[in-house]
Amino acid sequence: MSKLTPVLSAHWDEADSFTIEAYTRHGGYTASKKALAMDPDAVIQLVKDSGLRGRGGAGFPTGMKWGFIPQGDNKDHYLVVNADESEPGTCKDMPLLLANPHVLVEGCIIACHAIRAERAFIYIRGEVTHVARRMNAAIADAYKAGHLGNGIDITLHIGAGAYICGEETALLDSLEGFRGQPRLRPPFPAIAGLYARPTVVNNVESISSVPAIINNGAEWYQSMGTEKSKGATLYSLSGHVNNPGQFEAPLGITLREILELAGGVRTGHKLKFWTPGGSSTPLFTDAHLDIPLDYEGVAAAGSMLGTKALQIFDETTCIVRAVLRWTEFYKHESCGKCTPCREGTWWLVQILRDLENGTGTEADLEKLLDLCDNIMGRSFCALGDGATSPITSSIKYFHDEYIAHVTNGACPFDPVKSTLFAGAVN
Amino acid sequence: MTLDRDLMQTIIARYPRSRSAIMPLLHYVQSVSGYVTNEGIETISEILGIETAEVSAVATFYTQYKRKPVGEYHVGVCTNTLCAVMGGDAIFSALKDHLGIENDGVTADGKVSLEHIECNAACDYAPVVMANWEFYDNQSVESAKSLVDGARAGNPPAPTRGPNKLVTYKEASAVLAGLDDGLAREGLQAGAPTLLGLKLSKEGK
Ligand SMILES: Cc1cc2nc3c(=O)[nH]c(=O)nc-3n(C[C@H](O)[C@H](O)[C@H](O)COP(=O)(O)O)c2cc1C
Ligand code: SF4
Ligand code: FES
Repeated sequence: MSKLTPVLSAHWDEADSFTIEAYTRHGGYTASKKALAMDPDAVIQLVKDSGLRGRGGAGFPTGMKWGFIPQGDNKDHYLVVNADESEPGTCKDMPLLLANPHVLVEGCIIACHAIRAERAFIYIRGEVTHVARRMNAAIADAYKAGHLGNGIDITLHIGAGAYICGEETALLDSLEGFRGQPRLRPPFPAIAGLYARPTVVNNVESISSVPAIINNGAEWYQSMGTEKSKGATLYSLSGHVNNPGQFEAPLGITLREILELAGGVRTGHKLKFWTPGGSSTPLFTDAHLDIPLDYEGVAAAGSMLGTKALQIFDETTCIVRAVLRWTEFYKHESCGKCTPCREGTWWLVQILRDLENGTGTEADLEKLLDLCDNIMGRSFCALGDGATSPITSSIKYFHDEYIAHVTNGACPFDPVKSTLFAGAVN
Repeated sequence: MTLDRDLMQTIIARYPRSRSAIMPLLHYVQSVSGYVTNEGIETISEILGIETAEVSAVATFYTQYKRKPVGEYHVGVCTNTLCAVMGGDAIFSALKDHLGIENDGVTADGKVSLEHIECNAACDYAPVVMANWEFYDNQSVESAKSLVDGARAGNPPAPTRGPNKLVTYKEASAVLAGLDDGLAREGLQAGAPTLLGLKLSKEGK
């Protein structure tokens, strides 16, 4: 039996999969019909029972989040879908929306009904023109078919290039027409979110998982996954592998199993380090091939499941170069609101640059760890914490390679060997 | 070209509160002028009833809003870690040499501008290049050079996952303002990496 369980991706191989005709052909919009006939609280209970957890990174139980929305408060409620997908390595939501935007529309209808919202916003990052087209057309077609406009509306909002707008409160500020900077919490979005109204913010994959749960039931969803990490999810494999791509599998599958399916690390090379869930999740090495990729398994091994973005790097890759580049990203994307992150990421980049080009010292490693200590847990939002992950984890596993840069006075790696066009065997 | 205030009002009407329209309105200004002009900022401030400084503050926060003209074809090379290692760094430096421009530069004919970009959610297609924010997957130095050469000759290759023909920067900006250009049904539903897991599962693996 296959280890893979395509549900979201089940019909992506049909050329017209993104159209309303294809979606309807495969039972699309039957789940929303069913859910709209249910009591909203029963929908929330069903999603709670399914065990679905947020796929945007933190793994918060989706049904519980919906349950936090106050009822009978006579206020507008909002659903906001986070389609900002900008965490380095993360590449599941954009292909999902390109191949089947209607599943998100249907998920929005169900979620709006459950939380008693009349309007959903879908916030898509701005750097994906064709995804924006597909989403816009799907919403328009859903209106024409009468799935929207009868008490539930969806507004598409397109971003303009800012990683921080993926952080849910920064996203809300951005959607209100301000610079995207995180808000102080409490109040949490469930109490005062968009326009200070009760708001649920969920990831694309979380909301898109709901229609199948409504149609097949909580028990079906529960039957996949592990004890506390239920269901199936999209794992995105990229980098130095023979066949990168999307793998929809039950939570708890291991990297070893996924690599076997993908034809392994590129031929002639071996695994050096990888991210389990994007660049903000501490790095793993070849010692972690058998860690169950669920929320608990990855956490127990000292990292986070995050967005399940499995970025694979082989032995040709310089760890210092990789970490420096990620750190430059965090420095560039720091919104500047708090000092530890704004100033800290600047210093991290300076020190890592010296280390990479061979002018650093052993003491610089201590400085890096000290700086990370001062950023971690002291930053206003999780971007600052995330910036320290690649640094502290890489020093833990590859201390000697940092030192080799110091003693060599230069980077000992040839970057050409890491490229796709260098071929499988050098 | 002039801004169509009626159209701008329809963008505002999408939202419960007008200020939320500031981002699509800025994309709209870029679709008319190719960048965020002072006139655009003034018009937005006027119709939203907020200070120009507030509009500027938003425009400067987001990297996709350009304060000077970019090329008709704006090319972004992903140089975040994974793409950089897989060849993005080599592609970016080759394009700089080939076009004779630096990061954020524009060719003298105004056809192509170049910038290095962050992870564009297509890592399973690395190395990734974007042109007017359309996907050009699995690029090499040679394919990226033919992309910019084609663009300069007015004949760019089609995106890998996008419409049959590459639209201009202004046309793409209109899409980002939420306007329909009728091209949603063109192009692939998914590339091979997107479909890999599904294919393997159908083979019983
Ligand atoms: C810097 C930063 C960037 C984030 N980017 C995203 C993103 O692009 N998409 C996303 O769904 N969540 C992102 N998150 C997580 C969101 O804040 C939030 O937890 C998530 O959207 C909740 O949805 P879920 O419960 O369905 O996972 C980001 C968080 C941080 C701190
Ligand atoms: S941690 Fe960084 S991104 Fe987050 S609020 Fe502080 S400066 Fe902004
Ligand atoms: S790192 Fe280039 S698309 Fe993700």
